[in-house]
Amino acid sequence: MSTDTVAAHRAAHSGHTGDTPVLEVTDLTVTFPGTNGNPDVHAVRGVGYSVSRGEVLGIVGESGSGKSVSSMAAMGLLPDHARITGSVRLHGEELLGLDDRAMARKRGRVISMVFQDPLSGLTPVYTVGDQLAEAVLVHDARTPKAQARARAVELLDLVGIPNPASRYRSFPHEFSGGMRQRVMIAMAMANHPDVIICDEPTTALDVTIQAQILDLLRTARRETGAAIVMITHDLGVVAGFVDRVLVMYAGRAVETGGVDQIYHGSRMPYTMGLLGAVPRVDAERRGALVPVRGNPPSPSDLPTGCTFAPRCPIAEPECERSEPALLAVGSQPSRDDVRDSRPGAPPEDDTGGAGAHRSACLRSGEIARNRWTALDIYPVPEIPEPAASAAPRADRPEMLRVTGLVKHHPLTKGTVFKRRVGTVYAVDGIDFDIREGETLALVGESGCGKSSTLMEIMGLHEPQRGRVEVMGRDTAGLSRSDRFRLRRDMQIVFQDPMSSLDPRMTVFEIISEPLRTHGTPRAETTARVYELLRLVGLDTEHATRFPAEFSGGQRQRIGIARALALEPRLLVLDEPVSALDVSIQAGVVNLLEELQARLGLSYLFVAHDLSVVRHVADRVAVMYLGRIVEIGDTEFVYTRPSHPYTQALLSAIPIPDPEKERARTHIVLDADPPSPADPPSGCGFRTRCQKFGTLSEPEQEQCVSDEPLVTPVNRGDQAVACHFPERQAGV
Amino acid sequence: MSTIEESRAPAPVPAAPPAPSRLRDLGRRLIGTRRVVVGLLLLVLLAAVAFLGPLVSPWEPGERDFSAMLEGPTTEHWAGTNRTGQDIFTQATAGLRKSLLIGLLVAVFSTGFAALVGAFAGYVGGVTDRGLMWTADLALVLPNFVILAILSTHFAGDGGWLVLVVLLAAFSWMVTSKMVRGLTISLREREYIHAARFMGVPAHTIVLRHILPNMSSLLIADATIMVSGAIIGETALSYFGLGVQSPDISLGMVIAAGSAFATTAPWVFAFPTLLLIVMVLAVNMVGDGLRDALDPQSTSRRP
Repeated sequence: MSTDTVAAHRAAHSGHTGDTPVLEVTDLTVTFPGTNGNPDVHAVRGVGYSVSRGEVLGIVGESGSGKSVSSMAAMGLLPDHARITGSVRLHGEELLGLDDRAMARKRGRVISMVFQDPLSGLTPVYTVGDQLAEAVLVHDARTPKAQARARAVELLDLVGIPNPASRYRSFPHEFSGGMRQRVMIAMAMANHPDVIICDEPTTALDVTIQAQILDLLRTARRETGAAIVMITHDLGVVAGFVDRVLVMYAGRAVETGGVDQIYHGSRMPYTMGLLGAVPRVDAERRGALVPVRGNPPSPSDLPTGCTFAPRCPIAEPECERSEPALLAVGSQPSRDDVRDSRPGAPPEDDTGGAGAHRSACLRSGEIARNRWTALDIYPVPEIPEPAASAAPRADRPEMLRVTGLVKHHPLTKGTVFKRRVGTVYAVDGIDFDIREGETLALVGESGCGKSSTLMEIMGLHEPQRGRVEVMGRDTAGLSRSDRFRLRRDMQIVFQDPMSSLDPRMTVFEIISEPLRTHGTPRAETTARVYELLRLVGLDTEHATRFPAEFSGGQRQRIGIARALALEPRLLVLDEPVSALDVSIQAGVVNLLEELQARLGLSYLFVAHDLSVVRHVADRVAVMYLGRIVEIGDTEFVYTRPSHPYTQALLSAIPIPDPEKERARTHIVLDADPPSPADPPSGCGFRTRCQKFGTLSEPEQEQCVSDEPLVTPVNRGDQAVACHFPERQAGV
Repeated sequence: MSTIEESRAPAPVPAAPPAPSRLRDLGRRLIGTRRVVVGLLLLVLLAAVAFLGPLVSPWEPGERDFSAMLEGPTTEHWAGTNRTGQDIFTQATAGLRKSLLIGLLVAVFSTGFAALVGAFAGYVGGVTDRGLMWTADLALVLPNFVILAILSTHFAGDGGWLVLVVLLAAFSWMVTSKMVRGLTISLREREYIHAARFMGVPAHTIVLRHILPNMSSLLIADATIMVSGAIIGETALSYFGLGVQSPDISLGMVIAAGSAFATTAPWVFAFPTLLLIVMVLAVNMVGDGLRDALDPQSTSRRP
């Protein structure tokens, strides 16, 4: 690691006063040298921040903005070929340039980290407890083994692992993702560090688990008094948790300030766009989202001037002259000054006052004066009103009806003679229907049977039990050619834009495949492919490229174009936006809404993100353990959720509004969902139900023995599977 | 979002460029890769040597010159003669003709068969999978050398070498087919395969259009190894007199005969070995280039 410390800064900050920040990063740059003649990758370009004891700093940015790299640099975890300059000081001591051995003494003891992926964070061959005890022992080898073990059990208890003494001996694979993340946090807390860096700690987890982990991090902060650096792409997560926010874009900090200043008075178009692009779970559907057009620049080929200018709706010629510095709002140089200055001059950030609201935008003063919000500066696309929604729901033709659908997987043992040792109740009797031109969202946590339901429907085969009717035709009685014809009318868009497109095919081949399969003449196919490309907002010259050359959002558009090729009437969307960045997600959501309105499509929208669902869906069905626990009109379900699970789900979603978020009380569910191979008797949710404990004994008896059926409540389009549904106001 | 404004503008009716063609693209990329061009040129050159060599040489393949036994290269014998006075140049070029055919055909047959068996077993699963894999296991445990020895009488005469090609291929596809099956099982769960199935693409088309192209790197590597493997395998058989039967001659036979003189009379060994090396090199170059051309993620293709 080649480093270049800034000696001048060190001298300036040598005073060890009481208010010294615990961690102070100044003018940090990280460059990965390009190999084979590729240009250098400028991952981080002059980032500075500081955190004091007990303070939480949120670093927000999209993928590739350099937010993780900057924290890895602070931890000394970057590969040796990375060129790092600037300064990272921990308690005033310079960390850059320390060798790995010296750094290892700090890591885990003074500064520790929680990683995004809890699956790969633990060694599979050692017990969880031993790994925790090791975290204690490694920094103090004199600790007696027994004492280290006791501390490990204590830590497991602290992070809320039930039966910590016996769970000590469990291996990581016996823990769920949420529990593993708890162990990772316990490990980070083990030696009472002064700084904990959390790199997207909840991204891989379900919402109810995310709420638990955020709760736990609050505990960790209270217990250890550590400064926390919270890296995330989700503006909701940090709103209620952090004190200050640093927004990163293309390797630079573009805005920083107190959490309320950023959320309520952002002065940088990028942050404004990000905030506008997030669908809100607490707000009614209000037209299109605010998309930020374009894609982030490649860190190896940055534009001169402001890196956001190519995507910025209020960019001016001056913005492209030189990169604006991160300065207090309103103190940016005037346009004339910029015009006179040397182009491409390196910006000098204003470092004074850690809490001040600073923004790297030439027009920040103007934005502040005019009190612009995202809606004022971003062009909001108009989405036409769908024609079909004029007719009442009952009069519209049925696109899909699922009745009592069941999908059980056998669990078998043995290789030669397979015996059935159990059953996974993936889908356990669900009913719903979709009418023309409407969107039904299927919502639930991972493992609740959403995807199994989709596969059963898309397979167009006779289900194990129950009926699937597509456009009024029962799939059980379909002949091979009928099934083939029916496939024209229903198509699917997948979650992962990486794996849903064949990497060996050009975009043209991918989009034309359904047309070829269904025997469209060659000339017509060509014309249709180009028409589809335009429809989803891609260029015709994209046709000859391969999927690897596109960004996630563009790839998802290709997937949508392929699904639309045969002019289906029902589109099944399997988490179509969950793998995308917020600003890109808004564009895809708008596209889906526009297509629905123009082509009269019906959507079956599977998602775990309830904010997006509220934005796009007309009706919503909440699934838990292979069953639907609540179904109904989106407005009804969101404003007066009746099932305790729906209430918990809605309550767990963080709202990107610090004031509201702080005022909310979250319902935090205990434990993890039970395994679908071994569901509880009676009501499947009773083991985690927050209401179960408040019921009287005979009522509890009913929950344990009787399975609740989906019954209408609240005199409207809303039905719930709970013996004691609640009639209350929502979020 | 710009896309929506764009798409709402009246679509300019087919100002669209014509459909790009995958084959033409591939061809252009192949021509653009120098390794492929050089490799192909070498192969063409070798083929020319193999077919024209015996014609331009004043000697017949089996003919012996009793006045020049084990002699170095002269104007009469361009690459020298062996112990029995046979002309090495004539022998080697005539042998190259058979070896080229055997090597290339065995590689194509064996890899092609392995790819089809493995991919269908992996994709279809169930009874098909078990049946095909049992066949592969059975073929693996068969004593191929004994079978080749028993059938070696059929290798003589017209078309005898074709029987040999088929048998060599029949004994070399099993391991590859198992690899292909494993890869297919992991590819089968990819979303683009699901997408293809849900748009109604039949199973055999999915295998040919999606699964096999996505493992082309493996298949091409396997085929290029198979070329040299088959030539060397045939050499080993010829050494025991079980390979190509005289009066036919193969490069393997010439090399095997010359190997004993490699140190005392290097020319007996040098020329046929050189031909073999150039041939394997050429095949590898073509294979390498083909792999890059087929793989859109390959970095060496990036400008």
